Amino acid sequence: MQTETTQRKLMWWGVNVLVLLYAFIPVIWILSLSLKDATTLNDGRYLPVSPTGDSYAAIFSNADFLRALFNSIGICLIATLIAIVFGTMAAYAIARLTFPGKASIVAVSLLISMFPQIALVTPLFKILVTIGLFDTWLGLIIPYVTFALPLAIYTLSAFFREIPWDLEKAAKMDGATPYQAFRQVITPLAMPGIFTTAILVFISCWNDFLFALSLTSTSAARTVPAAMSYFTGATTFEKPTGPIAAAAVVITIPIVIFVLLFQRRIVAGLTSGAVKG
Amino acid sequence: MTQTPPPATAEAVEERQDDGSLDIARRRANEAQRAERKLGLLLVAPAVTIMLAVAAYPIIYAFWLSLNKADLRRPDANEFIGFANYVTVLSSPIWWRAFGVTMFITIVSAFLELVFGMLLAIVMHRTIVGRGLVRTSALVPYGIVTVVAAFSWRFAWTADLGWLAPEGSAPLTEFWPSMWIIILAEVWKTIPFMALLLMAGLALVPEDLLKAASMDGANAWKRFWLITVPLIKPAILVALLFRTLDAFRVFDSIFILTSGANGTSSVSMVAYSNLIRGLNLGIGSTMSVLIFITTGIIAFIFIKAFGAAAPGADPGGRK
Repeated sequence: MQTETTQRKLMWWGVNVLVLLYAFIPVIWILSLSLKDATTLNDGRYLPVSPTGDSYAAIFSNADFLRALFNSIGICLIATLIAIVFGTMAAYAIARLTFPGKASIVAVSLLISMFPQIALVTPLFKILVTIGLFDTWLGLIIPYVTFALPLAIYTLSAFFREIPWDLEKAAKMDGATPYQAFRQVITPLAMPGIFTTAILVFISCWNDFLFALSLTSTSAARTVPAAMSYFTGATTFEKPTGPIAAAAVVITIPIVIFVLLFQRRIVAGLTSGAVKG
Repeated sequence: MTQTPPPATAEAVEERQDDGSLDIARRRANEAQRAERKLGLLLVAPAVTIMLAVAAYPIIYAFWLSLNKADLRRPDANEFIGFANYVTVLSSPIWWRAFGVTMFITIVSAFLELVFGMLLAIVMHRTIVGRGLVRTSALVPYGIVTVVAAFSWRFAWTADLGWLAPEGSAPLTEFWPSMWIIILAEVWKTIPFMALLLMAGLALVPEDLLKAASMDGANAWKRFWLITVPLIKPAILVALLFRTLDAFRVFDSIFILTSGANGTSSVSMVAYSNLIRGLNLGIGSTMSVLIFITTGIIAFIFIKAFGAAAPGADPGGRK
């Protein structure tokens, strides 16, 4: 019996190792590329022979990259903030209040979450150029918020449905207006869900490439994923593999930290928001 | 006689009195209801306004542009040309090739993701050791930026540079090897998402039922197909729908891996090239509209298959 459990444990450890290999092999590879020096870059080895920080030094002295990093952080934070504020309001209404048109709002946001972004790129390009928002932060924040809202509304309304109704009723009985009940009773209870949703929304903005590529033309608003595809070496013949790998690692670090710290919450957020059936 | 009204009248009077207080109560209830409605509409207004303005309006605008000759390089030559753009696109071999490539990538990756996602879901659900470790590391591919993952795969398969690159050949310069690497990149990145959705389904399968079946002599394979799969069918369909629609818009991986060389462009790639490289808004919009319609058709087919289990079919309802 004892040996049987040991054997089963060993078997599961074996399976777990496979999962770890699956998840980390491409990540470690890009990390190792970013640490290779110029002479061993093309040796085709999985791990670096003589690791150096040269590529990092190169990108952190590159104004375009720094600007792109600043753009990425700023645009994603602002878009997340807006999407969370509006998403929280809408999700509260959908989870708790009776009002006309609720069903169609849920349907519309579902539709948008499945929208092919490319279908929006052409008209948005034209519209943004016309109103002068092309190649600006706002020009990217607007589509990011739009695509983040359905995600936020879905995840948040799932969280909100689990908050005990009675507390709000009690607050109203004690003379709180519906707004006060929302602001002072429900919001603090909902904070964990809101926080989780914010992480998911931030990850989705951080990941965007298509809008960043099509709706910018200079480093004024270009985010890191788009900037990476424009990296060039010192000469036309030198491929900027090292710097690209280093930039890739830099934008991966925040996500890996989020995942490590908030694994449980992210899992809860992804499953509660997406599976309704 | 008149001083003592018949019972019926007394009732009526009483009723009227009741009506008075009821009226007030009802009016209060109505007011409360109206206030609730007002608050509800007020709270959803910003979100709905943004979603309609940034998604609904542009798609209508795209439809209008698709009926025009709209070339940014020749702005004076703009004119209404009806469905001529559609004729151009639908009779173009480039479009149909991209359509076929996209469909192939969508179907193959959705299938592989379902298989591997299910395996990963079972591991995350069942493992008796290091559950937190497995779940955390499985989230890593989900969080990695698609462009980063695509670069990792590109470098891995680049001759002389990559650890996966075969001696003396360049897989990313040939059609089929490129296609499989694109699919690999897509599948690697989205298995965790699929697995999490499926795991939520697995958690709903009653343990007793599986035990009972096990007592009755059903082996693990049979238990999986005869009990687990039918019970988590809604979760499977939702996960498949999300992933199919997502895979159909594949862009990032292809852009980084091949830039659409050797006929590996997806429909999104072709539409993008028309806009940014060709600056042809008319043709680009026509493709946008066609992609939008195709997405609608895919969603429609899935929702027909879902029936009542479709997300949004029970909107106000519980989780």
